[in-house]
Amino acid sequence: MASVSAASPVEVDPTLTPDEITFLAKPWVTIVWNDPVNLMSYVSYVFQKYFGYTEAKADKLMLEVHNDGKSVVSTGTREEMERDVQAMHEYGLWATMERAT
Amino acid sequence: MGAFTRHRKSRLIIANFTGFEADLLRSLASQIVELLRNEAAVPDDSRDPFEAMMDFSGPTSEPEDPVLQRLFPTAYPEDAEAASEFRRFTEGSLRDGKAAAACTIIDCLEEAGLPPELTEDGLMIDVELDEETAETWMRSFTDIRLALATRLGVEEGDEEFWLAMDDEDPRSQAHDIYEWVGWLQETIVEALTS
Repeated sequence: MASVSAASPVEVDPTLTPDEITFLAKPWVTIVWNDPVNLMSYVSYVFQKYFGYTEAKADKLMLEVHNDGKSVVSTGTREEMERDVQAMHEYGLWATMERAT
Repeated sequence: MGAFTRHRKSRLIIANFTGFEADLLRSLASQIVELLRNEAAVPDDSRDPFEAMMDFSGPTSEPEDPVLQRLFPTAYPEDAEAASEFRRFTEGSLRDGKAAAACTIIDCLEEAGLPPELTEDGLMIDVELDEETAETWMRSFTDIRLALATRLGVEEGDEEFWLAMDDEDPRSQAHDIYEWVGWLQETIVEALTS
């Protein structure tokens, strides 16, 4: 069998950890902010329905919004986050997006 | 009256309202439709005049009405240019979606027998919604509650303030309606997840 010595087609900086690679590929986040109106049950329902999160994960994020004033609810490309923010606005949640820090 | 439950056999989300309650819901939904159609989409005038004129696809600046500001929040708080682009591409369809959802409530109530003018005493309106329609009601209830809360100035933990208010105060009555729609919404969420 002939051996192939071509370079790997995927160029990934070998010093990066898997988490750092994921971070670089998904540099934007959607943030949902607390408001005095939306019901806790409703917010959790929206997170389950739209993002497909488990009830446990949706409740955790909802409680973060409620107790900490905000929560990062999704991470992804800028286009993906624009879709998520628009969907949150459809549901009446107060959502914004920014670069992941 | 009014609580939504899931019908065991048909799996539909059902509720029955008095004529008064159904009429009130129709009136609230109609006001949302009015509000959404009222404030025209005005392009941002700070741009090049020609460029602004040639772009009538959607609004780029925040709405003036505080209720609309809450219904269509600024997506990029730190980046005005990105925020106005986002608004231009999304606000129109968000407005249409919210208006259509409010119209769904009105249509369902009228199909269930709510007459154009409520005159009859003792009228009961039974609504039966499939899951998708129930979710549309649930979303529109959010818009109604956001609108009422913004007008009333509802804040976190202000229950005492509203309880102490004179019953004759119109704000107190509006707040009761806000609470009632919240309770209805809670029962839809429960019915949908049961």
